[in-house]
Amino acid sequence: MASATLTPGAAVGGHQASTEVRYNEDAVRLFVIAAVFWGVVGFLAGTFIAAQLAFPVLNLGFEWTSFGRLRPVHTSAVIFAFGGNVLFATSLYSVQRTSRQYLFGGEGVAKFIFWNFQVFIVLAALSYVLGYSQGKEYAEPEWILDLYLTVIWVLYAVVFIGTVMTRRESHIYVANWFFIAFILTVAILHLGNNINLPVSWFGLKSYTWVSGVQSAMVQWWYGHNAVGFFLTAGFLGIMYYFVPKRAGRPVYSYRLSIVHFWTLIFLYIWAGPHHLHYTALPDWAQTLGMTFSVMLWMPSWGGMINGIMTLSGAWDKLRTDPVLRFLVSSVAFYGMSTFEGPLMSVKPVNALSHYTDWTVGHVHSGALGWVAFVSFGAIYYLVPVLWKRQQLYSMRLVSAHFWVATIGIVLYITAMWVSGIMQGLMWRAYDSLGFLQYSFVETVAAMHPFYVIRALGGVCFVAGALIMVYNLWRTAKGDIRIEKPYTAPARVAAGA
Amino acid sequence: MAQENKGFSHQTIEQNTLLLIVLTLITVSIGGLVQIVPLFTIETTIEKVEGIRPHSPLELAGFNIYVREGCYNCHSQMIRPFRDEAERYGHYSLAAESMHDRPFQWSSKRTGPDLARVGGKYSNDWHIAHLVDPRAVVPESIMPGYAWMKDRPLKYDDIGEHLKTLKALGDPYTPEMIANAKKDLEAQVKPDGDTAGLLQRYPKAVVASYTGNSYVSEMDALVAYMQKLGTLVDFTKYTPKQLQQ
Amino acid sequence: MDLDQITIMLRSFWTIWLMLLFAAILAYAMWPNNRRKFDEAASIPLKDEGREF
Repeated sequence: MASATLTPGAAVGGHQASTEVRYNEDAVRLFVIAAVFWGVVGFLAGTFIAAQLAFPVLNLGFEWTSFGRLRPVHTSAVIFAFGGNVLFATSLYSVQRTSRQYLFGGEGVAKFIFWNFQVFIVLAALSYVLGYSQGKEYAEPEWILDLYLTVIWVLYAVVFIGTVMTRRESHIYVANWFFIAFILTVAILHLGNNINLPVSWFGLKSYTWVSGVQSAMVQWWYGHNAVGFFLTAGFLGIMYYFVPKRAGRPVYSYRLSIVHFWTLIFLYIWAGPHHLHYTALPDWAQTLGMTFSVMLWMPSWGGMINGIMTLSGAWDKLRTDPVLRFLVSSVAFYGMSTFEGPLMSVKPVNALSHYTDWTVGHVHSGALGWVAFVSFGAIYYLVPVLWKRQQLYSMRLVSAHFWVATIGIVLYITAMWVSGIMQGLMWRAYDSLGFLQYSFVETVAAMHPFYVIRALGGVCFVAGALIMVYNLWRTAKGDIRIEKPYTAPARVAAGA
Repeated sequence: MAQENKGFSHQTIEQNTLLLIVLTLITVSIGGLVQIVPLFTIETTIEKVEGIRPHSPLELAGFNIYVREGCYNCHSQMIRPFRDEAERYGHYSLAAESMHDRPFQWSSKRTGPDLARVGGKYSNDWHIAHLVDPRAVVPESIMPGYAWMKDRPLKYDDIGEHLKTLKALGDPYTPEMIANAKKDLEAQVKPDGDTAGLLQRYPKAVVASYTGNSYVSEMDALVAYMQKLGTLVDFTKYTPKQLQQ
Repeated sequence: MDLDQITIMLRSFWTIWLMLLFAAILAYAMWPNNRRKFDEAASIPLKDEGREF
């Protein structure tokens, strides 16, 4: 079928063939809408539970609204609902264009994936609130929902890989490598960490196949690589397509991207035990986890350099294109958190940082700065294209979103650095008589101002997202805001 | 360029995709296998200590409430081998001590204190008062209150099925334990009743009329679970060398 | 030789085989003949858009 429109020589140039290529955008549009919706929901949930830690009265006394039940709602909403829909949208959009091929399986399958994934999200969130949870971080849904997600995921893999396999380009573009690694590895992780035996085939409660120390290792093999493959490899796929696309120039070094890909996916899998330093996990496993985490710094920065240097020679676009600013800043945040991560995986540092808010701050510098920003960049790119508009409603509002969100991130991360390091130091502080200086609850009380600042950071991030919603809404309607356009720097007029 | 595409056909393309898939699968599998498989095969992973037993039926129900409420989001059950942690919480945690937790509850955050050895540290009444209204007991606490849990009847008709499931997964529940599951669960909240069988099957189980309700409530189970935490191993019997992994 | 011993032996070799693997990837990425292939691949996202329906 694909080869019918193709003569052997045309594959590389591809321009003649390209005019005949048709792409599915209906499904992609749905995923984009869902991503924006769940993003706002997830950010709101996060801000609410952040406020609960500052003001515990917000737990409201109902069983459904306690921090313990709402935190998985937040993490699932931002990682799987927002992040997942972004990944579906961007991967299914870019795989068609880089393969010059219509979605494998057609629109029906893609829409089936879409609706079932949304149902899965709603059921998962409801189940946590109602008190059904496997109790594994980032893998809370009970066994039946896990099976449901498996079906959805297999279909997604078939659609994506099928599109790549039937492509009309001779090469598999590097973004698709990352997407494929993300899809396959997430499947393995999901299956490995969710092997549970239900108490009854008619109930939700189940027990996991491994216990204690093995359960810990399997969980963090899963948990760390959910970060590594869902939130990193998948979003690097976005970076490798959307940054070159928006900048209008090929990626800085395709060679580097190859080294980046293989080293990243190889090293990441080993890093899980750094979540278990100084625990009852045997030392050899901890040492492996630490060593590989430190090595992981190199491919991570290789990827960062590749993303940022794609702009080399076109740096002025950062000033004139706020969408590109989102994309490039996200890569900078990626560089920052992938420097911090290896640092925190070094055992003596981890002795201080583990169990504290430093970890929470680290996660959010990656989640807000990298994952959310690259997603915003991709969404701002996609909406005018998908809704057939000449441009976004307002570039000034994109810029406003960028700055409000950046302020939010800075508030969040700095508050968590201070509170985390402070709490870690307070726990181990001794007074002059050789007694522990602080009771535990004194360290809790000392966190209060930082929890308030963190919640304010969350409010900023939500505000930014709402600006985006408004901007995208008006864009979809076809409006264009009358505003001063961003212009190229003054050197254009240098002759005057 | 064109000459490179002479062999351009569906077959080679698909082979390349498959090659990419296979190589990716191999690459991402190595690390996990090397780290996970030996944990099952190396015998020293779990220390040989006396006193470790599976959860009693009431403790298990409490464990499940602990998981359901997401207590692990804020409380660790893993004391690290540091001086300050030893003084604050007690002996560092052994792998053996959590070997019957499905899933493990080591957690990754201490918004509240570690609970690995909270058992016996506070009275039952303290726990109940604290769970009902944390700030009535600890004014600076930021923990949610669980007042609704105090009088909510525990659902335990299927507790024997839970034990059976755990046995199928490898926990050492005996047929006798499974047969007596419901009886043992009820016996643990009746200090005046016959507890010999319960205590013989589950040594050191804390028997008490926790909330004093005439039925077993969810809070009874949760407190019974917490009162057991970290109490099973007698550390005076072991030298550090014997506890090495 | 049981599984424990094999694990321990393999563990002592990991630096070597990791370096070999890395060298192989690097060689593939830097191989002069592959350059054109990579340049073509890098330009894929910049080709024109096609149509949707």
